[in-house]
Amino acid sequence: MTETENREIVIKVRELHNRFGYQVVHDNLNIDVYRGEILGLVGGSGTGKSVLMKSIINLIQPQNGTIEIFGKNQAELGEEEKSKERRRFGVMFQDGALFSSLTVSQNIQVPLKEYFDLSKNLLHEIAALKISMVGLPALAGPKYPSELSGGMRKRAGLARALALDPEIVFLDEPTAGLDPIGASKFDRLIKQLKETLGLTVFLVTHDLDTLHAVCDRIAVLADNRVIVVGTIEELIEFDHPWVREYFCGARARAAGITG
Amino acid sequence: MDQTAHGTTVHFGGDWVVDFGAELEHVIEDMEQIPRSVRLEFSHIGKMDTLGAWLIYKLLRNVEKEHGAIKYHGLSTDYQDLLVTIKENDNPAKSSPPRRNPVISLAEDIGFATLSILESFGQLLGFVGLVLVRFLGSFRDIKRIKWTALVFQIEQVGLRAMPIVGLIAFLIGAVIVNQGAVQLRQFGLEIFVADMLTVSQLRELGVLLTAIIVAGRSGSAFTAQIGSMVLNEEVAAMETIGINPIDVLVLPRVLALVPAMVILTLFADIMGLIGGGLMAWISLDISPAVFADRVQAALVVPTTYWVGLIKAPVFGVVIAISGCLEGLSVKGTAESVGRHTTKSVVQSIFLVIVLDAVFAVFFTAIDW
Repeated sequence: MTETENREIVIKVRELHNRFGYQVVHDNLNIDVYRGEILGLVGGSGTGKSVLMKSIINLIQPQNGTIEIFGKNQAELGEEEKSKERRRFGVMFQDGALFSSLTVSQNIQVPLKEYFDLSKNLLHEIAALKISMVGLPALAGPKYPSELSGGMRKRAGLARALALDPEIVFLDEPTAGLDPIGASKFDRLIKQLKETLGLTVFLVTHDLDTLHAVCDRIAVLADNRVIVVGTIEELIEFDHPWVREYFCGARARAAGITG
Repeated sequence: MDQTAHGTTVHFGGDWVVDFGAELEHVIEDMEQIPRSVRLEFSHIGKMDTLGAWLIYKLLRNVEKEHGAIKYHGLSTDYQDLLVTIKENDNPAKSSPPRRNPVISLAEDIGFATLSILESFGQLLGFVGLVLVRFLGSFRDIKRIKWTALVFQIEQVGLRAMPIVGLIAFLIGAVIVNQGAVQLRQFGLEIFVADMLTVSQLRELGVLLTAIIVAGRSGSAFTAQIGSMVLNEEVAAMETIGINPIDVLVLPRVLALVPAMVILTLFADIMGLIGGGLMAWISLDISPAVFADRVQAALVVPTTYWVGLIKAPVFGVVIAISGCLEGLSVKGTAESVGRHTTKSVVQSIFLVIVLDAVFAVFFTAIDW
């Protein structure tokens, strides 16, 4: 624990409160993400994992609480600053959320074109580079999202998230819907990209294999807040019915986490 | 650039990041021709991201291809790793699908368009047959008709279309009287605007206008509703459960549009006559009683009335069937829903007008 305490905090969420109508999603939720780590967020269905991620990336305005990214309170940013800060993180949505009227390569060029005035040639080259970095074949570049498989769409979505060389990458269920081989390839890809590009990764997942293979720390969302953050070994020791069920259940044993 | 006894050294400095992408690209382009004796010195580079690394990698690659290996120094190990990653991923991918020869692609497009028109006509006929079979079959198995859906659809496409259909028919009736009177005044026959309006409204305009409004309003809605259900795989789910999508989605809509079109046409006829009568009263001083007399006189031959009304259910079937067929033909993306919605509206209006012409020839032939 002492090791993490000295590290720079890039995302700091304090006393977050989110509510839809009478339904409280988050209440007094705190979480820290350190630079250079892969943090996995787990929780049962409907515990507000996606809502938390959307709050952090400023797609949802929380009712209460502060969210700081790189020490900047997101609620206090002006329009111009906000777009400048947005450049520093990339988001991969569950099914890639690629623009369906653009090819994969053009999708990757969208953020580059939005922020910078680069030559056409350089845009093509950078897109091709990112396509290769996420493990897509060069042939995928001129294809439209509807012509790709689910796994390829996820990779293309990741390539677009990486277009601006962000410092933080948010991944929403990166391995959901992939076959185990594809999923473990994706896990390796995340880990490898994190190492070569020095990324901080915040990932929402259900996949025990992913948690086991790539996450440095895991945060558990239950009872409207983050009840515990720690390594897998620490979580196995943690005494909470859901955490127990999750990390010591049959699937966990199959993933080689316990037993 | 330094000249020393050992040769030329080029110093790279500053941040090699995407923010300065355009400038960096120029710098690199200008350096492509450097001789291999040059030393590259990277120790002053501040930050470097994948774009900067890509440009430096490209410079090294191109110079090496021309002149063989080149010496460089001072790159931190992190950035050397990044260069290695870049090198592994130098894997050119195209951005857009390949361009085709314009002449050939024009010919190809014409060919495909012709085929697709024939194909969609064939599809439509096939679909009419399919719906007919399911419809006739439902007489044997009355449970197959979804009464709730049918009533709901009648409300949606009939009752809720009444305000707009009524308003438009009313206005068109008024306009016809207004414009017709200008022409008839030259002969002093203004009173015959009533006959003219009755014949044109009841035989043609009432039903045609109603059909066009319904195609734009309900035909497009059918395509969009069914199309998004296809995208959401609801239609596939129905089939796996053993529900026939034709029974649940298509038949209620087709069966609803038949009575709805008849009632709407009747309503449009009445509103058109009212609009015309009002206009005649206000601008031509023809009293409603006289106007009504003329209308009745024009209706001595009842075929005028029936010619319009007989077409209504046929148009209803055409609009509903092409709307549903296009909805079921949606594939892949949300964009496809839009494309098919446009196609269903254009196709149903086209078919309505073609059928109207056929009816006109037919009714003339039988002297109606």
